[in-house]
Amino acid sequence: MSNPNIYIPYQMRIEKITHEAPGVKTFRLKFINEEDAATFTFKAGQFGEYSIFGVGESTFCIASSPTRKGYIECTFRQAGKVTTALASAEEGDIVGFRGPYGNIFPIDEWKGKNLLFIAGGIALPPMRCVIWNCLDLRENFKDITIVYGARSVDDLVYKHELEEWKNRPDVNLVTTVDPGGETPDWKGEIGFVPSVVEKIAPSSGNTIAIVCGPPIMIKFTFPVLEKLGFAPENIYTTLENRMKCGFGKCGRCNVGEVYVCKDGPVFSYAQLKLLPAEY
Amino acid sequence: MQTGNYSINEPSMSKLFDNLAEKGKTMYAPKNRGERILFQKVEKFGEIAGDYLLTANSAKEVVFPRYEKVFSYKKTQDGILINDPTGNPFSEVVLWGSRPCDAAAFIPMTNTFEKDYIDNLYVKRRKNLLVLSFSCNTCDEFCFCTSVNGGPGNTAGSDILFTRLQTGDFLAEIITEKGKKVVEENSSLFEASTAEGKEQSLAKVEPRFNQDEIQAKLQELFENPLWAEKSRACLGCGTCAYICPVCSCFDIQDEAHGSQGTRLRCWDSCGFSLFTLHTSGHNPRPDQGTRWRQRILHKFRYMPDKSKIAGCVGCGRCSRSCPAGINILDTVTAL
Amino acid sequence: MNELIKKAASLLEANEVQVVIGYGLGSAKRPQAIFVTTPAGCEQLMFDNRCIQNLAVYLTKQEIRKLGKPAIVAPLPVLRSIVQLVAEQQLTEGDLVVLGIDPDGKLLEFSSFKAIESFLSDHKIVIEEKYLKKIEEIKNMPVGERFAYWVELLEPCFKCYACRAACPLCYCTRCTIENNQPQWIPVASHLQGNLEWHVMRAMHLAGRCTDCEACYHACPLGIPIHLLNKSLIQDLSESFGDYGPKISEPNMLSSFDPDDKESFIR
Repeated sequence: MSNPNIYIPYQMRIEKITHEAPGVKTFRLKFINEEDAATFTFKAGQFGEYSIFGVGESTFCIASSPTRKGYIECTFRQAGKVTTALASAEEGDIVGFRGPYGNIFPIDEWKGKNLLFIAGGIALPPMRCVIWNCLDLRENFKDITIVYGARSVDDLVYKHELEEWKNRPDVNLVTTVDPGGETPDWKGEIGFVPSVVEKIAPSSGNTIAIVCGPPIMIKFTFPVLEKLGFAPENIYTTLENRMKCGFGKCGRCNVGEVYVCKDGPVFSYAQLKLLPAEY
Repeated sequence: MQTGNYSINEPSMSKLFDNLAEKGKTMYAPKNRGERILFQKVEKFGEIAGDYLLTANSAKEVVFPRYEKVFSYKKTQDGILINDPTGNPFSEVVLWGSRPCDAAAFIPMTNTFEKDYIDNLYVKRRKNLLVLSFSCNTCDEFCFCTSVNGGPGNTAGSDILFTRLQTGDFLAEIITEKGKKVVEENSSLFEASTAEGKEQSLAKVEPRFNQDEIQAKLQELFENPLWAEKSRACLGCGTCAYICPVCSCFDIQDEAHGSQGTRLRCWDSCGFSLFTLHTSGHNPRPDQGTRWRQRILHKFRYMPDKSKIAGCVGCGRCSRSCPAGINILDTVTAL
Repeated sequence: MNELIKKAASLLEANEVQVVIGYGLGSAKRPQAIFVTTPAGCEQLMFDNRCIQNLAVYLTKQEIRKLGKPAIVAPLPVLRSIVQLVAEQQLTEGDLVVLGIDPDGKLLEFSSFKAIESFLSDHKIVIEEKYLKKIEEIKNMPVGERFAYWVELLEPCFKCYACRAACPLCYCTRCTIENNQPQWIPVASHLQGNLEWHVMRAMHLAGRCTDCEACYHACPLGIPIHLLNKSLIQDLSESFGDYGPKISEPNMLSSFDPDDKESFIR
């Protein structure tokens, strides 16, 4: 073990900052230490603790795909103490990163299947990691459909990538905004994510659904998918309970007996059905 | 592993304390502080409280301080320099006068900090800790060690367990290699003996429930009005968690002073409303009932399910100290 | 006691209240807060000098408010807290029924909050002689010695916040300690964190504290943190006279405006 103190983060330099939406930024981070860069690996679905030294740590997923080597990306909304400090960081600044933590999306098991990605608001980042991972291995999968919704057009993140996905013939992208969130030239859907899913009614045959969003969106999307014939074990999501340590010791992220940080954050709906609704 | 029984008399006990202290070890023992007896640093044998059932605080601070620097950093022109405290030597600590329940609590705590990700801050402190416990001759209505696989003469977690016999001398049961070393280095103070007379000297702690039955019942009771009922008087403070010898939930906080600072691991409690609060304002455990349920489930179901060790040693501190008079036995025995 | 039990039962019977907050004997034979919702359950109600927890703390707790309109068993310290909560607009007439207990243990009935206030004007807050002596002794210490005294006193504090949780006047939904932008008070229970917490707590209660000692009784480590509050009460009594909760007058040291532009204050 190269680092015997599990609390010490890697140091990473902010290589690029992208403004995604009001209050939402993406950082591209590179390891300062070349050895760390060479040995670091992660898989889709994992997360980390990002920190500003002297301010504190905050938990987000790794939003870039493990197929893109040499850097990691994270996308966050400025909300609390740490994300506010992160938001005021500039390109070239150093941040801390501990991870990767948690389990993974079983992408290897999805070979030969259709994929349906459903995301809401600031929950596109954990899904973006999986989407690019799958798109970079495009020949392994059949149809890929992405349904993404946000409160307003302004709140949609990764706008340039949405454009790219829209233009790809091998991706079916459906974007939607909440009623009232549209602009005059908005060409996508208007409506909440669960009802848009119901409307476009994707086939459940040989299909894996991956759902990421606020608890309320997830709660209303699962029944729609079940109605469309998706078996609970073919529906995946990632939970985002409050965390501090990331490795099952600080004691706050558990849902019943499982720690979201160690046993999750990726769960199938079938697994969630066996757990209490403590999320 | 039990490596022998000895006897030691009271004057030799004082000498043993002095010998250990002279070696530069930091001595922790029960000592009067204001209106309470607390585990705290002591210099001399005479400072140790004579008559106590249990200290008000637990002994966990010797391995899990209420706040601990996990690292310090300094921002320089060449980047951020990180100082890792696990690289420095940790002082040798003697916990003197712990009760069998105090000592037993190190077992689940070690399990928490060593499971999967090894927390070297804890591991190094635990490695340097010598636990010299004393059996209980008395108990009170809040004690229930015998219901959670413990007992007033239980040796688990101690290096040496002393039992005051009716003769006035102490039986010294050597439990570990560390304990054996103490006897070897102070051989003139100890005399070979048998464990005779121990049982008669111990307090009688009546069993209050069966831990296995409770664990089995808790598999089903997640949604139950009992949680809100039994926690109705709960004020939402952290007393029960902070005086518990097993509770080890924590927060991570940074403190900066100009261009340098520290990252700290600080005690935290599942009883606090902010413990699980999401930034969005959503809280998976929105009231004291759900927080009390978490406390009970964590100790009596999740920990034994996963590690075969209950998260409670039956010391009763939480019940004795609860400012609202909540007694954990009321909940557990009502299941 | 029969009087109290009868009155409480009749209130529940008539559905004038849905819960009675009172004292009962717990399983370990010590008094603790109980929440009675049936007339028959009122048999458990008791009162004696061991009933020191200030029950007024429950009047602002969401878990208890959910039970419906309460009646509350209120010895002197609870009555004082109620009047202060009324003054701070945390309680309004009709919110609760007060089952007062006078210093002789007799049941008191009040027609209004004003009536409680007037009863309290005959039972003023007086700092006991032993505390006055202790405060005097501390105040006479040279400054270095005085600082060392407080450092030593507060050193064992591990910030469980039982003092805050037990105080009927610490009803803020988000305490200063929980505001981290900026981080007013360090989270860690080191010297600075402990001193700042206890000084902030005392100052926030200055002119509001009704000397119920709930903080002190709650402290699992037996730290006499109420010395700070008592000292402030004594200072305020000496400077401004007549100290105690009043509905009609503003707080001695703090102002409050229901239209304050800061939402966390309202």
